[in-house]
Amino acid sequence: MIGYAFIAPAVLGVLGLGLVPFGFVLWYSLHDWNPLVGDFTWVGGENFLRLLTDETVWASLVTTIQFAAMLMVFNVALAMALALLLNQRLPGTTTFRTFFFSPVIVSTVAWVLVWSYLVAANGGINGVLAMIGLEGPNWLRESSWALVTVVVIQVFKGVGMNMILFLAALQNVPAELKEAARIDGARPTRVFRSITLPLMTPTILLVVMVTTFGAMDVFVPIQILTQGGPGRSTTVISYLLYRTAFEQQDFGYASTIGVLIFVVALTLAALQWSTRKRWVHDEV
Amino acid sequence: MVLYSLLTILSIPFLYPMVWMIFAAFKPASEFFALPPRILPQEWTLEGVSRIFTVTPFAQQYLNSLYLAAVITIGSIAVGALAGYGFARIRFPFAGKLFLVLMSGMMIPGEVTIIPVFRWVTELGLMNTHVPLIVLPIFGPATVIGVFIFRQYFLSLPAELEEAARLDGLGRLGIFARIAFPLAGPAVAAVAIMKFLAAFNMYFEPLIFLRSEELFPVGLGLTRYQDGYGEPLYNTQIGATALTVIPVLIVFLFAQRQFVEGLSRTGLKG
Repeated sequence: MIGYAFIAPAVLGVLGLGLVPFGFVLWYSLHDWNPLVGDFTWVGGENFLRLLTDETVWASLVTTIQFAAMLMVFNVALAMALALLLNQRLPGTTTFRTFFFSPVIVSTVAWVLVWSYLVAANGGINGVLAMIGLEGPNWLRESSWALVTVVVIQVFKGVGMNMILFLAALQNVPAELKEAARIDGARPTRVFRSITLPLMTPTILLVVMVTTFGAMDVFVPIQILTQGGPGRSTTVISYLLYRTAFEQQDFGYASTIGVLIFVVALTLAALQWSTRKRWVHDEV
Repeated sequence: MVLYSLLTILSIPFLYPMVWMIFAAFKPASEFFALPPRILPQEWTLEGVSRIFTVTPFAQQYLNSLYLAAVITIGSIAVGALAGYGFARIRFPFAGKLFLVLMSGMMIPGEVTIIPVFRWVTELGLMNTHVPLIVLPIFGPATVIGVFIFRQYFLSLPAELEEAARLDGLGRLGIFARIAFPLAGPAVAAVAIMKFLAAFNMYFEPLIFLRSEELFPVGLGLTRYQDGYGEPLYNTQIGATALTVIPVLIVFLFAQRQFVEGLSRTGLKG
């Protein structure tokens, strides 16, 4: 019985602050509810019908998936490149590892605020471009650039974490295996493709899933950098939920959007997980 | 040589913002968007820095962040270590199922459940207090990762240690407090780092639950640097930002090894 006492704070907490509230979100999603007015009326599936025809929701879902896809690709590619560069035992690599990792520990607010100055129309980035005779765009105020800019800022913030995970995975690749392949005449690219990369696939899957899940509830960079604009080019779905609930006070419909977020996140995770047999190397 | 030049070029977007920030705090607002861009101020001034503590209650906000992060870190370690130990070392019915319940809590994005939580906080009269900001991260779904790390760690402790303690007459709680927990240093360090950073960086929950600037943590406070006309005070804001970043960076530089390794280990096996 004492076992239950040990786990009670965590289990009751997760039930009371995670699973039960989620049940309430399902319940609210069947209601029209504006806490300012105080009404709470049963509308059945009406919110879901509204969701189906709500162009804003679908547009922001597309934006979210674009955001997640770009974040994932940039993150995995850059983290892998940095890990490969730093995996060589040369003096100074620890220092560079520190450099690439340092944004991870800086708060997102601070990181994003500083970048907001650098990417301003007349900010540092465009200043440098001007020196080589190029005219940079107004990164956050042009709809064709805004989303990509937010993604890039977010990637520099967090890629150090993934770099460390990849470095750890690289160092777990048995040296004998690589040595054996080399003796058999395999060139470095071949060794990487046939031995190193397959052994890293479990870590790649982990990074891909964590990045996708994280992208589903991105909020701080959007709120500080673009407020969803220009137009609605950076209105990701979690930001739309925030606005619907806390700016428009439309809590019932916001709950319906919440249900959609949950379904999409779960579907994406399940899809990624189900592909693992085809590309993730399993040691056991 | 090629390698080092490549690494140097790649590190620019990681380091430049921090270096720029530190010097920008000493620039007059007019120099922020000067062409060509410079790192060092042309004219050094304390005009921005001097207002950091007067435009917003910055010192108070800083203290709020430190105390919230400390309470959340200690609370998360307690909850995580207890549950991790319970799941790893104690046999009881439905343990596996309850662990699954815990894991499933992680699948629900925090933005989704904020609506009912907001309602309860309002009804309990806890709006504009620190209570929800402390209770949510310690007991809510965010605690699961800590439970998981501690469980993995306690699973690897040799059973003989506990046997010996039991023969000496120690109960479960005694074994946990006197034997298991003191040996869990690496797990404590990993959870502490993660929770402290997350708590110090908290933004979404304070934005929802707090109204008074005196109660804000620094992150939220940084977004409110404006003059009487609602115009942003660039250099004051950047100076305040630097003040929140520099201590964290210094701690990180000293504890770099434990930091990175603790995190990489939990990332792989946690």
